[in-house]
Amino acid sequence: MARNESADNSGAEETEELRSGRRKAARYVVPVAVIGVTAATIGLVPALADSGDPSLPKITAQQLIEKIAKSDVEQLSGTVKISTDLGLPNLGGLESSLASGVAPSGDGSSADPTSKLTELVSGTHTLRVAADGPDRQKLSLIESAAEYSLIHNGKDVWGYDSKSNEVYHGTAAQDGAEHGNEAPATPKDFADEALKSVDDTTSVTVDGTMRVAGRDAYKLLVKPKQSGTTVGAISIAVDAKTGMPLKFTLTPASGGAAVLDAGFTQVSFAKPAASTFDFTPPKGAKVTEEDKSAEAPEPRSGHDLAQGTQGAEGYEVLGKGWNSIATFDTGQKGGLPSGSAGGDLGDFLGSLGDQVSGKFGKGTVFSTRLVNALITDDGTVYVGAVTKDALVKAADSGQ
Amino acid sequence: MSQVDAGAGEAAAAAPTAGPGAGRAPSPLWTFGFLRSELVTTFRRWRTLALLGVLAAVPVLVGIAVRIETRDGSSAGGGGGGEGPAFIAQITNNGLFLVFTALAATLPFFLPMAIGVVAGDAVAGEANAGTLRYLLVAPAGRTRLLLTKYATTMAFCLVATLVVAVSALAVGALLFPLGDLTTISGTRISFAEGLARALLIALVVAASLIGVAALGLFVSTLTNSGIAAMATTVGLLITVQILDQIPQLHALQPYFFSHYWLSFADLMRDPVYWDDLVKNLGLQALYAVVFGSAAWARFTTKDITA
Repeated sequence: MARNESADNSGAEETEELRSGRRKAARYVVPVAVIGVTAATIGLVPALADSGDPSLPKITAQQLIEKIAKSDVEQLSGTVKISTDLGLPNLGGLESSLASGVAPSGDGSSADPTSKLTELVSGTHTLRVAADGPDRQKLSLIESAAEYSLIHNGKDVWGYDSKSNEVYHGTAAQDGAEHGNEAPATPKDFADEALKSVDDTTSVTVDGTMRVAGRDAYKLLVKPKQSGTTVGAISIAVDAKTGMPLKFTLTPASGGAAVLDAGFTQVSFAKPAASTFDFTPPKGAKVTEEDKSAEAPEPRSGHDLAQGTQGAEGYEVLGKGWNSIATFDTGQKGGLPSGSAGGDLGDFLGSLGDQVSGKFGKGTVFSTRLVNALITDDGTVYVGAVTKDALVKAADSGQ
Repeated sequence: MSQVDAGAGEAAAAAPTAGPGAGRAPSPLWTFGFLRSELVTTFRRWRTLALLGVLAAVPVLVGIAVRIETRDGSSAGGGGGGEGPAFIAQITNNGLFLVFTALAATLPFFLPMAIGVVAGDAVAGEANAGTLRYLLVAPAGRTRLLLTKYATTMAFCLVATLVVAVSALAVGALLFPLGDLTTISGTRISFAEGLARALLIALVVAASLIGVAALGLFVSTLTNSGIAAMATTVGLLITVQILDQIPQLHALQPYFFSHYWLSFADLMRDPVYWDDLVKNLGLQALYAVVFGSAAWARFTTKDITA
């Protein structure tokens, strides 16, 4: 009897413990539920926001291109996100230390736009743009706890690097074309470059609609008809109301992530505050004046290389359309400095490229996801947004 | 230890005097009395005062260092390399920038470490000193005690940040000129607006610490050793900061509590860039809810033996 009782008791205790254990566990449901709800929100909200492309009246590719050309947006402000993935080796800190080591010896100012905007060539960056007519523009590169601003106001062009508190001052050409001289950064800059190439080697179609930065847009798809180029397709989202390109995406023929993706994440066509374009160098800031003897910076985008850098001295363009290959002679026999001549640097550069040979002799091909370059052993360089084989073919026919 | 004992005794003693209607729902006044005594206990500790003293010393050191370095007219931050904490290059032109530099310098480590010490000590410290059960004898309820502890920790976040900011402003005003300032976007704002932005930045920095405070409180409910809780919290802080630097973990990094800390600098852009600020505040709120409720789940079900 006594044994039975104690057995009953322990059974009751066990149930009690089990119950309290369950109650304990039940309380932990709260933090777990919060995490679950958050994860679901993060997962679902973009999917819900994405759904449903806007329905817009049908439009032909020709009309859309005209719309872009006629677009006369003079006042805007917005945020642009630009990602470039050229497939260059990731040099990380080395790259920036090289840049900082080179910049002061060259121009003496970290606020120099040519050195600063080169940073856009790799990685993801956030830019802010503001424009009010042809005379007043501002482009700011947002960095961690710092910002690089390029301000064009009337005849003045100011570059301000808040991290080092350095100022660069230059003067703009009368027509306010200074902005165009800089590396292209906004989707419109890229779109203008891309549409220059529209000819019989290109197919242009309207590929539905999409929403960019909360605005309805048409999607213009530009595709090379030729084979041999590394450019897969270019897609441009054009604002349905203003004809302003809002997003530019360049995908390589090899597939994978976009080589270049620049798009507004937020845009407004209202007039920006006048104070946006006012700039007076802060007290104590080091001001560097523009070096008048310096040449205007060359356009730097991959597409410019693809189009052949017309006007640049010493270049010769082979082929046409998308398969254009720029070629020039370095005049340096022996190709890459290698072995005893170039030392370690030559070996290092050589190891980054692939050795190829053909009727032209031997050479080294350096490839990125968009642009390939062939440097032959007799010192000729072939560069283009084309495949390796096309480069070799061009070099062969050049002999 | 005697400080802790006295403080806890005071808190326990405050309960009967302020809460005569103990059996029924306690009046809101009673809650404030509890919170007040908890605040007094925390801020009277020598440990807390020493932490605040260290925090106040950081801007003094930075200010004097910049002053000495730029005596010959050169610019701070190694002459254009942009090294050092954010905004350091602008301090010589405007003392107000010392506030931002000091906050940027203390936010990665000093501030969260101080919060970790206070939050880690909140529950485990009482358990360690054997005063937790006396606190619970008061008809406060565990949830209320935990809320009071969390409110005290958050008050410490705010006070610690303001100590850094005010000390930096005083040093900046003494050593450097004040006046209109240039935002990092290159536009100019008046000194009054700069001051308002500095206050806003201090509030955002204090809010950035909410996540660490909640994490520390949760850790504090897991153990009966105050030292273990503090060490774990500070250890987690360092680990997360290191993980935040590893590029391969970029998919996880937006969920680290320290990831958007430096976004307070976005308040110095013109117009203000809100994206990261909003993300930061949302993330801190998420940490507060997740670890706050985890601390609640743990504390309300745990056996109090000390």
